[in-house]
Amino acid sequence: MNWLIEFFSDPANWSGSSGIPVRLLEHLEFTLAALLPAALIAIPLGLLIGHTGRGALIVVVSANLARALPTLGLLVLIVLLLGTATVLPVLIPLVVLAIPPILVNTYEGIRGVDHDLRDAAYGMGLRGPQVLVRVLVPVALPLILLGLRLAAIQVVATATVASYVSLGGLGRYIIDGLATKDYPSVVGGSVLVGGFALAMQGLFALADRLLVSPGVSRRVRTAKIR
Amino acid sequence: MIRFDGVTKRYADGTVAVDHLDLEVPTGEITVLVGPSGCGKTTSLRMINRMIDPSEGRIMLDDVDVRTIDPPTLRRGIGYVIQQAGLFPHRTILDNIATVPYLLGWDRKRARSTALELLERVGLAPEMARRYPFQLSGGQQQRVGVARALAADPPVLLMDEPFSAVDPVVRASLQDELIRLQAELHKTIVFVTHDIDEAIKLGDRVAVLRVGGKLAQVADPATLLAAPADGFVREFLGRDRGIRRLSFVADTGLRLRSDLVVPVTSDLSRVAGVAADVESPWLAVVDEDNRPLGWVAPADLPRAGTLRDVRPLPYGTFVRGKDSLRTALDAALLSPSGCAIAVNGDGRVIGVATRESLDEALALAASEAPEPHDAPVREDADG
Amino acid sequence: MDEEPLVRWDWIARNWSTGRVGSISSLLVDHIVMSGLPIVLGLLAALPIGLACVRWRRLYQPTAGVMNVIYALPSLPVFMFLLPLTGLTKATVIIPLTFYAVAVLIPAVVDGMTAIPDHVRQSAVAMGFNPLRRLLQVDLVLAMPVVLAGLRVVAVSSISLVSVGALIGQGGLGNLFTDAFKRDFPTPAVVGIALIVALALVADGALVFLQRMLTPWARVRRSA
Repeated sequence: MNWLIEFFSDPANWSGSSGIPVRLLEHLEFTLAALLPAALIAIPLGLLIGHTGRGALIVVVSANLARALPTLGLLVLIVLLLGTATVLPVLIPLVVLAIPPILVNTYEGIRGVDHDLRDAAYGMGLRGPQVLVRVLVPVALPLILLGLRLAAIQVVATATVASYVSLGGLGRYIIDGLATKDYPSVVGGSVLVGGFALAMQGLFALADRLLVSPGVSRRVRTAKIR
Repeated sequence: MIRFDGVTKRYADGTVAVDHLDLEVPTGEITVLVGPSGCGKTTSLRMINRMIDPSEGRIMLDDVDVRTIDPPTLRRGIGYVIQQAGLFPHRTILDNIATVPYLLGWDRKRARSTALELLERVGLAPEMARRYPFQLSGGQQQRVGVARALAADPPVLLMDEPFSAVDPVVRASLQDELIRLQAELHKTIVFVTHDIDEAIKLGDRVAVLRVGGKLAQVADPATLLAAPADGFVREFLGRDRGIRRLSFVADTGLRLRSDLVVPVTSDLSRVAGVAADVESPWLAVVDEDNRPLGWVAPADLPRAGTLRDVRPLPYGTFVRGKDSLRTALDAALLSPSGCAIAVNGDGRVIGVATRESLDEALALAASEAPEPHDAPVREDADG
Repeated sequence: MDEEPLVRWDWIARNWSTGRVGSISSLLVDHIVMSGLPIVLGLLAALPIGLACVRWRRLYQPTAGVMNVIYALPSLPVFMFLLPLTGLTKATVIIPLTFYAVAVLIPAVVDGMTAIPDHVRQSAVAMGFNPLRRLLQVDLVLAMPVVLAGLRVVAVSSISLVSVGALIGQGGLGNLFTDAFKRDFPTPAVVGIALIVALALVADGALVFLQRMLTPWARVRRSA
């Protein structure tokens, strides 16, 4: 506890390139820089595979492999091979590891939509893309958001570990603190990372509330007629 | 009119779902496709709106081959109702009903007011409009399914076992509702079911299909019951075919007895004598207005007081000249006496059909050719 | 080309089993222990908690909420919180991994139990099973496939997560990663990744095998 007070009350930790605001922003940047491309790749792919039913094996294999791959090892290897001249090499494993959870859940979400629902949608004269956008995606949305949430957990954790291979962000406090036996910094950094991770979760919980139809989440509420 | 012209559906693995089907579905009538599973009834239905395309043959919708119409366009002009309703869980009931109008580009206001109208038309309260499908019972969801199919006022309605997932009581009320709606709307309806009772209750015409997708017989229900084309149809109609047929036989041939009716004011001391005179252990009691009160067995009654002092046993009635022989028989089965009380349109007793007269009428019906379908009766009241 | 090759096989041969701390084989053993313990401990903790959540449904919402929070916390900071208590020991890694395992397994136990058709449970009662026997011989057996599916997820992710412990010197095969980074020498990293993935596949395969052995009825149904 004393370490925490020491860390957070030190004015040096609140300014400059290694200050908390800057580190926090860096962490947010890395998280988004990994999550956005991963989502842009995984969501359309998951929709496509779920909708057409083709390529399901890729989904299953990628999910298992991603879970088995040690993030630290991947980061070390890629930095040893590609160097740290830019931040790009470190981003690669971040993106790659974020793809499978989004892919799996998007695919499962689409595939899990009741067959009757699909049948009714086509039977009423919706075209393929309309069925996907107007029916399948809204119904699968809770799972798609779950995939994004799991990917965010993964990315926040990996971005923290990535400080070991010279990435900036909140992980620096932990890694640098460990190296210099500066325990206030280690614990302070840990609190910041934990808080960051939970804030992300809160954001996703909010997105769930706002985006998922009450008819799907079964929250009992009477909708207003727009 | 929808016409199947030598339609065959053969799947890649060689199974034949529908085999050279020739069938006409007249405009403004309910045509029921019925048969055991594997008879190709659903496949036939789904070929009409091109959910499935035939391997051979043509399906003509008002003299246009459906294959020449782009499927989504075709489907927007044909109502489609399926077993589990298939409502969109993420949309309110109102928006579910308005699905096709939205697709057709109607403006929101018009689509919603039409949807609201339909909601009431299928017997749901306007409050339901804002609910989501999960907040409705199975039967209510099915009503919404029907409303949704009707939203853009399509001339043709395809119904694929729409009521088979709900319990029998709800099913019967949905069937009655459909009959009522059809009387107002006169849609061309193709209705698929595996339930022969449902087929006979709803169909203006019933097409019986056998496994392998061959048409066994197509006829109006009365003809179907009276003259099954072959052993398969007879078997499929079941052993109680005779009873079912009675729904289509008028009660006019039934002999009535008025001497079994006693007013509630009668002295109990006299009632036993009446029973002995008419040689019946049971008498029907009526009130001062000549409305039925029930049955009494004079032998079991005390000798003092009037009939007002005893509680009559339950009874069944049928409306003379309107109800079918089936209703009369059901009424007889409801009574301890085994006789049915006949009433006129005002509910006043005009006589009693005894077991003997029912037997006579049944024997006559069994020997007679079926009456024309447009004669008096259509059994809506059972269930 | 005098460029460093991706893998130097002779390094692997020299360091496989030196008998000293830090040889590849000893790291492998450490890794198995450090990932195996959380799996076993996690299951032992999740079973009673999960069963309690099934018995008293009101417990489930708050429990699931807490588990979601735990699952969302990245491992590295959690290791750090434990550091003052457990120091640079294996426990610092094993304890958080156990919590993650519990977080995944409780929902698996609850889902598995609630998926049992009520008529099966009723008939077990009707046949005179007492509560404990019913639990052991009917409920848990039928919930097994779902629990084992959760266990597969736990096993694979525990095995890969142990390596993060290398940042405090307790990462099993993960120590090869820090070793590789410090010496700017990729071979240990490649070896570490390969062994960890292989270990995960073996554990996953073993659990699939176990599932087939323990749930013969599912197998019969699948082949029918």
